[in-house]
Amino acid sequence: MDTTTFRIIKSRCLHYAIVFFSALTAVPLVAILGKVAVEGFHNISFQFFTQPEPTSYQALIANSQGTSIPGGIANGLVGTLLMLLMSSAIAIPLGIFCGTYLAEKRGTVYTRIVSYITDVLQGTPSIILGVIVYAWVVVPMKGYSAIAGSVALIIMMLPLIIRSTEESLKMLPSSLKEASLALGGSYDRMVIRVLIPSAFGQIFTGVLLAISRIAGETAPITFTALGSAIIQWDVTQPMSNVPLLIWQFYNNPALQSMLWSASLVLLAFVLALNISSKLISRKWKIQ
Amino acid sequence: MENPIIQTNTNILSIKDLCVAYTADHLSVSHVNVEIPRNQITAIMGPSGCGKSTLLRAINRMHELYRGIQVSGQMLLDGHDLMSMDPIKVRRQVGMVFQRPNPFPTMSIADNVMAGYMLNGLHPDKQQRNQIVERSLRSVGLWDEVKDSLTKKGTFLSGGQQQRLCIARALALQPQIILMDEPTSALDPIATSTIENLLTELQRDVTIIIVTHNMGQARRISQKSLFMYLGELVECGPTETLFSNPSHPHTASYLSGHIG
Repeated sequence: MDTTTFRIIKSRCLHYAIVFFSALTAVPLVAILGKVAVEGFHNISFQFFTQPEPTSYQALIANSQGTSIPGGIANGLVGTLLMLLMSSAIAIPLGIFCGTYLAEKRGTVYTRIVSYITDVLQGTPSIILGVIVYAWVVVPMKGYSAIAGSVALIIMMLPLIIRSTEESLKMLPSSLKEASLALGGSYDRMVIRVLIPSAFGQIFTGVLLAISRIAGETAPITFTALGSAIIQWDVTQPMSNVPLLIWQFYNNPALQSMLWSASLVLLAFVLALNISSKLISRKWKIQ
Repeated sequence: MENPIIQTNTNILSIKDLCVAYTADHLSVSHVNVEIPRNQITAIMGPSGCGKSTLLRAINRMHELYRGIQVSGQMLLDGHDLMSMDPIKVRRQVGMVFQRPNPFPTMSIADNVMAGYMLNGLHPDKQQRNQIVERSLRSVGLWDEVKDSLTKKGTFLSGGQQQRLCIARALALQPQIILMDEPTSALDPIATSTIENLLTELQRDVTIIIVTHNMGQARRISQKSLFMYLGELVECGPTETLFSNPSHPHTASYLSGHIG
């Protein structure tokens, strides 16, 4: 065998090895999706989205009679929705401003400090944020509430949005900035009217990923929003969210068949956010 | 420099002892003195790294965007000291066209033309707006090509069209001077020729200072030429004289292709 044939064989082997191992990384995801869909699908119905969680008593009766468990996860859905809305309303503008600042004022000491703190915050375990917000918000307000839950989620969201905004703006060509300023544009107008719109697709992607990231948070919510068995719209009251319900269903033998359905809903929500972020970033890509 | 044709009072910009330094120990543009004639095309030529673009960007004070660049000397725009003016006002009167076409990617063609107004916080009414868009696009010969697609993104145009859009964007504010930094170096020969013809027409309304690598281009379109070498202005004068009878040996060897 001459050396060329040997090299071709070597190259082919390497190629197939890469294809094989990259396919292997997709296996867990497909397996998870399949398991959750198969186990959770049969419980999904209209009432699953409109009814609050059943009590153990209702579940036990249904189980003993062999009927499907009444109730749903509406209390968790409402909580997830409200807390995501509240935390997004504050974390998105704040994070975009901060990220813009970091991208625009590179190299100063202040920027480096803020940037470092952002990194540390991003690496902080969420359960610790839960404890901190418990001490800062729940104790002074004398009670668990959706507001406290949102504060914990804001702290989790901020570093994600700051980083993605900063990176998106840094990717813009400097010619955009020069073109705006060469037209006599003021600095603030250049940032608001040219830079942020040009990076909008990327920034929006980062925001969606941040939302999908915190949508699955359980630990900080148990310390702050506590959970609620009824559909609660009052944000000063304790509230549940979907991940918290999954945890409760897991801990209650009577409700375990609800576990998979709630997981399926949460997984579908997070997956939808991820897919839309991909589509948006593709559509808004700057030529 | 003896120059009987160009009278001092016809000069729009006078540059005196201009120095630009990126680092403390080296002048990238060194003690340049030159007069820029009104409503003419002035070409700045020279080999790579000779300070052509650096000189050009000093005129609309783009160097202030970056830290650590030192600019000294005097520039008078119609007798007013450019260096002590508000940079925003300077840039409204001295427009710029860049090497690569850079229309704003999020804006439509019409919005790109109006970008200068928008960035300056000016809001002309709809009628004025339409007039400005049409006038600017007509003056770069783009109106007939894009009048039905004014709301489309500027980035869908061809490279040459994009560059003409960028010229229209600079013209919309009716500046006195337009600085052009190798505006055709990213374009094909046909688009280049269109832009050259356009510049020759535009000089009736605006003074053009163009940096070019292309000696043929300088000869075809400019009335006055500057030759720079290692940061210094080696020679300047009417383009015909500079090309036919260069007085400095560096200019002669650049024009004959020995340096470049």
